[in-house]
Amino acid sequence: MYPAKFDYLAPESLDETLSILADRGDEVKILAGGQSLIPMMKLRFATPPTLLDINRIPGLDGLTRTNGTLSIGALVRHNDVVKSDVAKANHTVVSAAPWIADPIVRNLGTLAGSLAHHDPEGDWASVMLACDGKVVLTSSTGERVVPITEFLVDMFSTSCQPNEMVTEVRVKAHSDRGGGNYQKLERKVGDYATVGVATCLELADDGTVAGAGIALTSVYAFNLKVTEAESLLKGETPSEELFKEAARVASQACDPASDSRGSADYKRHIVDIYTQRGLAESLAIAQGGQS
Amino acid sequence: MNVTVTINGTERSADVEPRLLLVDFIRSNLGLTGTHIGCDTTSCGVCTVLLDGTPVKTCTVFAVQANGRSITTVEGLKQNGELSAMQTAFHEEHGLQCGFCTPAMMLVGTALLEENPDPTEDEVRWAISGNLCRCTGYMNIVKAIQAAAQSAKEGASV
Repeated sequence: MYPAKFDYLAPESLDETLSILADRGDEVKILAGGQSLIPMMKLRFATPPTLLDINRIPGLDGLTRTNGTLSIGALVRHNDVVKSDVAKANHTVVSAAPWIADPIVRNLGTLAGSLAHHDPEGDWASVMLACDGKVVLTSSTGERVVPITEFLVDMFSTSCQPNEMVTEVRVKAHSDRGGGNYQKLERKVGDYATVGVATCLELADDGTVAGAGIALTSVYAFNLKVTEAESLLKGETPSEELFKEAARVASQACDPASDSRGSADYKRHIVDIYTQRGLAESLAIAQGGQS
Repeated sequence: MNVTVTINGTERSADVEPRLLLVDFIRSNLGLTGTHIGCDTTSCGVCTVLLDGTPVKTCTVFAVQANGRSITTVEGLKQNGELSAMQTAFHEEHGLQCGFCTPAMMLVGTALLEENPDPTEDEVRWAISGNLCRCTGYMNIVKAIQAAAQSAKEGASV
């Protein structure tokens, strides 16, 4: 399979890249890891006139923690996250990373590119929805920081404008009273999730839930943030019963399709079980005082 | 576009269309057919080579992306004209049946030992989980990579 013809540009500076985007961003697709884009081009689902390879731009591969924020540059590969000590600042992120695609695809594919591609069954969007991640969009006129809920518009579409590119993804580091987790059921390594559940918890000093995030993968038309289950947890004392109730709400909120990966009932059941497990694991980390 | 790579230690150039896939550049332009084409959809991993030492699936990389970079294919594994420890181990442990996935398996094994010289069975299985073998059931592939790790500890070069 071969893509349609395209012009290839590999600028060596961000300024040059942004000026190309300002000039003709509407005919450009940005190439980071290419592990979703190139397959789509080979199938000719994507036929960009120009491919803008950002891999030769220095400074986009930073994975850093500043105060309470984890910053993930546009060229941070999934495997960089797997291997990073810094990324452990967010337990949900570090727990999801080894579940993305397969080990070889993880060497090239990027977290930021995965969000920008916005496959509605991608794993990272659920992680970012559970953890209230933010996306930094940069253009020649400046940058704006967009909450993930505003960044993800519809399947394969985001609020990134033609003159902008994703330069960074930001997510809060967990405190020493926080925890998080990603549970994924997949038929085989590299497959889409049959079901994925991202959870994120922060406890107050008195042990009650100060903040909670739950988001689901592959069981709705898009990555589903279950706000009703999140607010049900807030202010409450964590318990098995409380988590069961949140999981029940999550399993009711989703709307999985019956397909080759399983029946809708089966997936709904897995959402219930995985939400309970994810919350229990997040709580164990939060109470264990890991940071 | 002109693409220049250092492949198995030798600099090679060719003028290519931007849409040429790296696997076809290696096989057709450079004539190194040890890198195979399998699924052509980023799944099977038989087209894996080491790009600056890191395994990548060359059906999902354009040749132009490799410009100026260093590539190792199965043809580059031998050390001073002799089989490397990894190649020897695949031979001795019979880590193959039809041989189609073998170049990629050996390259992934080589990259693994570079990073983790003494992997557990689980770590080996994890490392090769992006590579399909439709013959062996993986038993002897895992054994071979572990045997290579053992012989590297005893001084052989991987």
